[in-house]
Amino acid sequence: MTPTMTPATSGPALRVEGLGKRFGAVRALDGVTLDIRPGEVLALMGENGAGKSTLLKIITGDHRPDDGRLLLGGQEVSFGSPADARRAGVRVIAQEPEIIPHVSVAENVYVGALPARGRLFSHRALSERTRADLERLGFAGAMDPGCPGERLSPAQRQLVEILRALTGEVRVLAFDEPTSSLSDHEVSALFALIRRLRDQGVAIVYVSHRMQEILRLADRVAVLRDGRLVGVRPAAETGEDELVRMMVGRDLSAMFQRERNRPGGPVLALNGVTTDDVTDVSFEVRAGEVVGLAGLVGAGRSELARAVVGDLPIRSGEVLLEGRRLRPRSPSDTVRAGIGFAPEERKAQALLLHRSIRDNVSLAVLDRLSRFHLVRRAAERALVREYADRLRVKAPSVETEVRRLSGGNQQKVVLARWLARKPKVLILDEPTRGVDVGAKAEIYSIIDRLAADGVAVLVISSELPEVLGLADRIVVMQNGRVTGELDRRQAGEEQVLALAMADQITSEGARQ
Amino acid sequence: MSQTRVEAPAAAPEGRSAMRRALDGAGVQNISLLIALVLLVALIGAREPVFFGAANLKTIGTAVAISGLLAIGQTMVIILGALDISVGSVAGLASVASAMIFTATTGSAPLGILGALVIGALCGLVNGCVIVYGRVNPVIATLATLAAFKGVAQLVSNGRAQGYTGSDPVFVFLARGAVAGIPTLIWVLIIVALAVHVLLKYTDIGRNIYAIGGNDVAARLAGININRYILGVYLATGVIAALGGVLITARTGSGQPISGSEGLELEAITAAALGGCAMRGGKGAVSGTLLAVVLLGVLTNGMTLLGINPFWQNVAKGLLLVVAVVIQQVRSGERRVGLPA
Ligand SMILES: Nc1ncnc2c1ncn2[C@@H]1O[C@H](COP(=O)(O)OP(=O)(O)OP(=O)(O)O)[C@@H](O)[C@H]1O
Ligand SMILES: [Mg+2]
Repeated sequence: MTPTMTPATSGPALRVEGLGKRFGAVRALDGVTLDIRPGEVLALMGENGAGKSTLLKIITGDHRPDDGRLLLGGQEVSFGSPADARRAGVRVIAQEPEIIPHVSVAENVYVGALPARGRLFSHRALSERTRADLERLGFAGAMDPGCPGERLSPAQRQLVEILRALTGEVRVLAFDEPTSSLSDHEVSALFALIRRLRDQGVAIVYVSHRMQEILRLADRVAVLRDGRLVGVRPAAETGEDELVRMMVGRDLSAMFQRERNRPGGPVLALNGVTTDDVTDVSFEVRAGEVVGLAGLVGAGRSELARAVVGDLPIRSGEVLLEGRRLRPRSPSDTVRAGIGFAPEERKAQALLLHRSIRDNVSLAVLDRLSRFHLVRRAAERALVREYADRLRVKAPSVETEVRRLSGGNQQKVVLARWLARKPKVLILDEPTRGVDVGAKAEIYSIIDRLAADGVAVLVISSELPEVLGLADRIVVMQNGRVTGELDRRQAGEEQVLALAMADQITSEGARQ
Repeated sequence: MSQTRVEAPAAAPEGRSAMRRALDGAGVQNISLLIALVLLVALIGAREPVFFGAANLKTIGTAVAISGLLAIGQTMVIILGALDISVGSVAGLASVASAMIFTATTGSAPLGILGALVIGALCGLVNGCVIVYGRVNPVIATLATLAAFKGVAQLVSNGRAQGYTGSDPVFVFLARGAVAGIPTLIWVLIIVALAVHVLLKYTDIGRNIYAIGGNDVAARLAGININRYILGVYLATGVIAALGGVLITARTGSGQPISGSEGLELEAITAAALGGCAMRGGKGAVSGTLLAVVLLGVLTNGMTLLGINPFWQNVAKGLLLVVAVVIQQVRSGERRVGLPA
């Protein structure tokens, strides 16, 4: 499991030269030349659709470049498949890891490389081995090696992917937005691991939209814009302003500052809501108010949201919408009543990947766009265009299939759907996961405008600065219970964290 | 890089020529079916000019009408992401029912037909309820009702053909009549096809059916009442299958519990798959299914005209289906790993 290292040579571990890649009319990469050095963390930044994931997919053999070449340890290589790249020691931790749902964590980790005597292998030995791996990497107790893949949280899926990568020889290890689903605690553990690997001589490529992380972790920062390399800067000599300028090609207006609204009456009220995952949750969200739901990953926030919209059963307690008790049997009841919910896992829970941006955005408003059940197409196109433009969805046209969009742009499509629906209550689960700085600011100001229009907004976010910057009030949950409520004026990172981790520091592993 | 405002062809996956992309817009699926159809027609027509005779074209049309109906129902179910293999049995039961009600009401064809359609609707509803409330996988559920409905048809009919409708003007009109020179049977197919086409393409109901087939979790969270759609689609498919059963009664002059309807479910699924319906749901269209139905009809008819052993006809159909799906999968860039979607 300990990665075997190549002897530290002076040259780059991996060099890409004049890399180019097109998808139809889209130039995803254009003449990119980069050195990835052993014992160094190279951060890759850029707006949504800048070509970061494409670059990673090329170096790990998922895509073939149209132009340019790859030099691994000075020798030209050409990977026909991810398996080729893996054998050569180039691995990527994917943005959305593939997990086999019905087999255990241990088998997921060692898939394709099951340690076996002949054809026999022992479940117990495998579990023990995985447990030892977790311990060695500083993630002891993060999950049970016997837990089936389908029950894992996003953070745990990520961890499985990392363990997988470290089962073989690693020379280059790439991370594609690894922290977007991790809690702060897990992020620290991940960073410690990355630093340790770096010090052992692994060349690390790190893709993220989170500026602070990058400045904390990276040795050098490379910025892509529209498929071209804008520049490479040593992390110590650059700062947020310069990087943003490089990414978006202009200065971004100052940090987002929400205007204060005078909230109206309560629109959504929870009274002692208890489900299989949360216990006795009570709080309310008023018209024109943004409430942040903070807590560690696994605190039960997403499950609470799904119960409120009727996707999970409520065992006791009540949910009131504008004073009237909701008894939803399914989300169709709550959507009709005026609650919108953008879930956390966009591919699995929100998107029709094989259909167009238009189909995806209009999904929740088709009833309103139809007369006698006939969809008014012109109105539909106009509406979808309007929201796609407002959110700056980057795509050749609204007819583009959603699976061809970059991760951040897919997220914007999900948001556009709910903005178009104009609900009374909007629940957003990790609304800016994988979204770039520019679009993030855009989404914040849209949330702000929604609140100004009287919408009651509930934002679930694991990014503390986001919650603090956006919310009027912050409800903190831990282990399925509300541990406190903070007004925006009293809330600071420490207070929120203290409530989120009131009794225990380790985030519990395989909660179901 | 452009914003959404710009109109440009959708970005195609790697390795596609401009030609390919142009075809994509027009629906490659339909175009390749059309090409196959034209080739087949040319081939058969060159050797047997009789093929182009009005009488023969009518024969083809009436031969595909019933399986075509069922294929259109199946198209809806497959787009929803499910499957209905009970349609043949529903048609048989409806055929018996129409003839028995006709006899019992001393010769009321409208009541016979209406009764058959109601029974088809009930069968569809049973399928839907077993799937939705019993949480049974659609294939298993309709495999069970395939047997059960067939059994009911045999029970009520004692396994024999029922009634005699061959002299009733309504049934005769259905079986052998024509409007504007086109046989009634073909009209029925055209009208049902058009109705389902409009439903799928132009209504919110149809769009939601595609959405459910594409990603049922997403559809559910977007507020679509999935259960209602499953019930509705199975109900509609039951009615369409029953209509097929009524046509069987009209053509044979009596209610047939089994002959004429057995195996229709396989023909229907074959046509839908050949027409481009993806078995994982969310993809397909009435136009493709209809083309596939015609293609299969022409193939059967042509091989009969050419005097080819009917056993070979089955081999040819099977081959055609596999080839068509392989082409589809290659086009969609499916990786050749594991079980295909
Ligand atoms: N398989 C594909 N087919 C067509 N276009 C694609 C495909 N993959 C990527 N693209 C396009 O290439 C461009 C670059 O995408 P990429 O996923 O590399 O962006 P990214 O920098 O990773 O963005 P994000 O930060 O949103 O993840 C985008 O415009 C995207 O739409
Ligand atoms: Mg990406």
